[in-house]
This record gives sequence, structure tokens and C-alpha cells, in this order.
Amino acid sequence: MKVVVSIKQTPSTTAVLTVNGGVVSWDDPGGKPNVLNPWDEYTVEEGVRLKENHGATDVIALTVGPEESQDALKTSLAMGCTEAILVSDPALQGLDSLGTARTLAAAINKMGDVQVAIFGRQAIDGDTGQTPVQVARKLGWTPLTFVSAIKEIGGGKITVERLLDDGKETVTTSLPVVISTVKEINEPRYPSLMGIRKANRAEIPVWSAADLGLADGAGSSNVDWSNVYAIPPRGGSVQMIEGDSVEAQAKTLADKLFEEKVI
Amino acid sequence: MSGVWVFLENKEGKIATGSREAVSAARTVADGLGQELTGLVFGEGVSGVADAAFDLGVDAVLGADDATLGHFRVEAVGPLVTKLAQEHNPSVILASASSRGRDLAAWVAADLDAGLVSDGVDVAVDGDKVKVTRPVYAGKLLSDVFATSSTQVITLRNRAFPQAEPTGKSGSATWVDAAVSEDAIPTKIVGFEGKEGTVSLTDASIIVSGGRGVGGPEGFAPVKELADTLGGALGASRAAVDAGWIPYEHQVGQTGKVVSPDLYIAAGISGAIQHQAGMRTSKIIVAINKDADAPIFKLAQYGIVGDLFKVLPALTAEFKKRL
Ligand SMILES: Cc1cc2nc3c(=O)[nH]c(=O)nc-3n(C[C@H](O)[C@H](O)[C@H](O)COP(=O)(O)OP(=O)(O)OC[C@H]3O[C@@H](n4cnc5c(N)ncnc54)[C@H](O)[C@@H]3O)c2cc1C
Ligand SMILES: Cc1cc2nc3c(=O)[nH]c(=O)nc-3n(C[C@H](O)[C@H](O)[C@H](O)COP(=O)(O)OP(=O)(O)OC[C@H]3O[C@@H](n4cnc5c(N)ncnc54)[C@H](O)[C@@H]3O)c2cc1C
Repeated sequence: MKVVVSIKQTPSTTAVLTVNGGVVSWDDPGGKPNVLNPWDEYTVEEGVRLKENHGATDVIALTVGPEESQDALKTSLAMGCTEAILVSDPALQGLDSLGTARTLAAAINKMGDVQVAIFGRQAIDGDTGQTPVQVARKLGWTPLTFVSAIKEIGGGKITVERLLDDGKETVTTSLPVVISTVKEINEPRYPSLMGIRKANRAEIPVWSAADLGLADGAGSSNVDWSNVYAIPPRGGSVQMIEGDSVEAQAKTLADKLFEEKVI
Repeated sequence: MSGVWVFLENKEGKIATGSREAVSAARTVADGLGQELTGLVFGEGVSGVADAAFDLGVDAVLGADDATLGHFRVEAVGPLVTKLAQEHNPSVILASASSRGRDLAAWVAADLDAGLVSDGVDVAVDGDKVKVTRPVYAGKLLSDVFATSSTQVITLRNRAFPQAEPTGKSGSATWVDAAVSEDAIPTKIVGFEGKEGTVSLTDASIIVSGGRGVGGPEGFAPVKELADTLGGALGASRAAVDAGWIPYEHQVGQTGKVVSPDLYIAAGISGAIQHQAGMRTSKIIVAINKDADAPIFKLAQYGIVGDLFKVLPALTAEFKKRL
């Protein structure tokens, strides 16, 4: 069984972002500014577990992005992926989620014989959570989103548990499938030292748009998100509630909250 | 291209809260564009839901009543919405950004080759396009986004819009057949375990959260007591969840739930950037912390510097008197 883990490199969760005329840049004074999308740690872990527990032969980490995204692929290799592929091409810049989905679907088709493509719940930069279902549509596979457990897999079938807003749904369907994961699915491992050393030596193949038969690009983007800006600061500064006793403080705060009409 | 559509998720004859909010956003869009608002009602035995949709003020209802649509599966509903959209060419399709709404919007946008904008917190009409404001970069920045395709697909974040109110209007729905038959749907539902009794964090109008400052599992008792007194939900920081003091489903933040209540009370939470990402759009934030320099005070409107084990019970007692 061949498995793909589709991952993205994103700013770290502690990155400090600045916007200048709609252009976003970031740095992380305390650490690495770019990381494997935190939600994709679960993506990679689940792929590696399919190898360890369900006999998957290949677990291929895949990303569409700039050259630097190699780093996130190396993290995936260090966690136990057997291979990594970077799709990178100036013609594929600034794609909307559907363009990204077309590109990913083309790459997955090119790998051939993939049974499960695993995705994260969302990428913490674009934050759309749209990509997995759109890839499924472009592949013609069944999408299984918000998966919290793979219960059974084999014999061309899969049974999963999905965590929805109002409860837990268990479904069975036929392979191949596109899965998107949620945090409950596993506990991602730390890459081993050996893994890191091996990953650092790995040569990661780079596929271009032409390699995927997308020489004219992945179709035009249907979304314009050029206007990015800082969140207006929250109104005013904090009002500290003082008082002779906690009871007096509680009373003053309760008065304020009734006045604000939030209770 | 004409018409604004809103998907009305329903269960046991009731329209979901998120969809009622979507109706009010969709009304703004429809009026701005000067177009009719159509509610989409799918399910099994849903004629009452169609009536409820008219009552919420939609101008028309397009519905399908079929056993395959009983328990939502995107493989049944997705092809149906795509087919209807190809026949009627709506200019905008809206849904709540619930788990099901997200699946449906992504499916339909992919099949229509349309632009999709998720998690809108504000909508405004600009010419013949809808400007959708959405949080990006883990809620650290905002973006005004446009779908440039002829059909624009949009999902809306929970609690960002008021719920549409009953209008007393009525009308008669247009009923169509399902698009796919049961044997053409590979996915079968073999179990469903509903969450009942507890207030869901993302729907709650009041949340009281505890962090590492509560000191242990028992420390959540005064937090929960205040939440219960206020009819609110119980939240937590990741530090408290990671320590095993409270289940993950209560976690607020970048890797937990993103919430937007009217009132968010943070007790014993320092206000790390990842926690902020999940609660900074709350209307009123109250911070209770023994450290006057805790970053949470930079975000809060009201603060009390003190021991949560004294402050929370005092607040509970005060509200018990007044509610
Ligand atoms: C500020 C901003 C706003 C944007 N707004 C929109 C918008 O409203 N609509 C829109 O269509 N596009 C939008 N985009 C573009 C979108 O971010 C990219 O197309 C992106 O590649 C996919 O969307 P996402 O980042 O939201 O990923 P999500 O859909 O949130 O990611 C879910 C999962 O998909 C996989 N995945 C996502 N991206 C990649 C990738 N490049 N390579 C491999 N796997 C991947 C990962 O498994 C990830 O966990 C926006 C981009 C930015 C920077
Ligand atoms: C990838 C990543 C994702 C993350 N995602 C999230 C997330 O989704 N949600 C989240 O919350 N965090 C998240 N974090 C963790 C985040 O960085 C912080 O570590 C966490 O929010 C801290 O929780 P805390 O405020 O409860 O604990 P602390 O930072 O330890 O703060 C405890 C506070 O309690 C106060 N206190 C102690 N005793 C009392 C008392 N008796 N009375 C009053 N006050 C008291 C202290 O003064 C202190 O301010 C994430 C981190 C990473 C790296």
C-alpha cells in the first residue's frame, strides 16, 4: 500500500508577523521562523503509523511550495516517511486552494497506485481548511474529513471515526480515500537523531509544473486575498477592578458586565 | 448569474444555529446585490424545515426530501448542489463553516471551478462581488478576500453574525429529486454518537476558562461553577490540557477551538499568543491572574489581579444573587 502525506511549510506558531502594503513577512526571534505546519505533524505521524501497523510500503511526503519547503519535507523524512517530493515552479505561485488541489492531485496521480492521501486539518497561514476535499474531487476519491481514528483498513476498504461539531461519526467506504486529520488521531513523535541525520543527507526530487502536465499552470486563481492587514487593536486598555475585598471586586465586575449586556 | 443561496443544515426538524446565522449574513449579501435569497433544505422528512426557512425570511426554498439525504453525507449533498447550481447559476452560495458546511462548500467550489472563501467573520457587497473579511495566519492578521469567479462560494464562522429572527413569512418550496442513488454512494454511516447536554464551546455566548494557574484537576471546580452559574461553557488553556487536568475538547487556542463568545473569562491563564489566537475576537474579555504583568491583561477589557481561588467563588456568589 502506497500512502501520501500532503504537508505544508508555514510560519512557526510563535512567529511575529508584519504587514507592509499587503505583503506579509515574519521572523521568530526565539526559534525557527518556518516549520512543518503544526496540524501536519498529525498528518505525517498517521502516515508513518500506517507503515508501522498496517503494512504500508511507501509513505511519501508531498508539498507544493518554494524551494525552502524542503525543510518541512526533511522533518517529515526524519519522522519516518520513506520518500519526499517537492513540487516547485514559479508558474505555480499564488494558487488558490483549488489550484493547489489540482497540482497536488496531478502529483498524486503521477506517483501511481496511491491508496490513501493524508492531509492536515488546516494550514496555519492560509487557514482555509479547503484543500483536502478539493484534492479528493480532483482525484475522484472519497473525502473523509476530521478523522480522529482509522479503525480498520485493508481489502480495499477503510473504516474511520470522524469528529464533527455535534458528535462522532463512524463510516466505512472504499479505497482510495483522501483523509484530513484532527489532533485526537495520534500523538506525533519527535524525529529521532538518526532520522534527522538521514533526512539531512536526502536528495529531494523537485517536480515542475511541466512534469505534472501543468505547463500552462494549474488554472487561474479564482480568489484575491491581496488585502492583508493587521488586526485593529482591541478597544482601549484594560480597566483594573480594585476593591477593599474580593466581594467588592466581584460586585464591581458584575455591575460592569451587566452594563456591557454580555450577561 | 443571479440569486443568493444559503445552505440550511438541519437535524431533527430544526435549522442549525450556524445556519440561522448564515441566513442573516446571506440576507445582507442578497439585499446588497438586489437579488433573491434562496434557502437550500435537504434531508428526509424536511417539509417542516422548509417552513422554518421561510419563517427565517428567505424568499424561496429549494429542497430535496430523500432517504439518501437523511444523515448528511457530502457524497449525496455535494453532487446535488453542484447540479442545481449548474441549472440555476446562483451568484453566491453561502454556508456556515461547520464541519459539514466546510465539506460541502469545498466540494461544490471544486466541481463548479469557483472561488471559495472560508471562515468569513464579516461580509459586504462591493459592486457585484462580496468582500469577505477572514482571519488569516492563525488569527494574527485579517484579510479582505474576494472570489473572482462568476459563482462565489463562502463559508461563515460561527457566532460572527446574529441569528436570523422569525418573520412569520411563509411560502411553498420547490422540491427536486436527489442527484445520486444509494448504490452510487460508497460511504456508509455505521455509527453516530451525539454530544449531548454540554454547551458546545464554539456556540457558547459565555466561556469561563482555566489555565495552569488552577493547579490541578480539582482546580477546575470553581471555574466550572462560575461557568454553570452563567450558563456558559468551560474552556481551558493547552497547559491545563497537556497536564491531563481536563480533556482536549475544552482547549481554546490555535491548536484547539477558535471561539468568539460575548464574554470570555480567563482565570490563571497567562495569555500566550497561541491561546490568544483562539479567543481574541471575543466581545468582552475578563482576565483574572495573580501576576499583574501577565500578557492576558493587554487583551482584556477588565482585569482583576488576585488569586483565582478567591475571585472565582466571589464572582459565583455575586451572580447567584443576581441571576
Ligand atoms: C493570507 C492568505 C489568504 C488566503 N485566502 C484564500 C482563500 O480565501 N481561498 C483560497 O482558495 N485560497 C486562499 N489562499 C491560498 C491558499 O492558502 C493556498 O492555496 C494553500 O496552498 C492552500 O490553502 P491553505 O493554506 O488554506 O491550506 P489548508 O486547506 O488549510 O490546508 C489543509 C491541508 O492541506 C494540505 N496542504 C495545504 N497546502 C498545501 C501545499 N501547498 N502543499 C501540500 N499540501 C498542502 C496540508 O495537508 C494541510 O494541512 C490564501 C493564502 C494566504 C496567504
Ligand atoms: C505549536 C503550539 C501550539 C499551541 N497551541 C495552544 C492552544 O491552542 N491553546 C493554548 O492555550 N496554548 C497553546 N500553546 C501553548 C502556549 O504557548 C502556552 O504554553 C499555554 O497557553 C500556557 O497556558 P497557561 O496560560 O495556562 O499557562 P502559563 O503560561 O503557565 O500561565 C499560568 C498563569 O496562571 C497564573 N496563576 C497561577 N496561579 C494562579 C492563581 N492561584 N490565581 C490566579 N492566577 C494564577 C500565573 O500568573 C500565570 O500567568 C501552543 C504552543 C505551541 C508551541
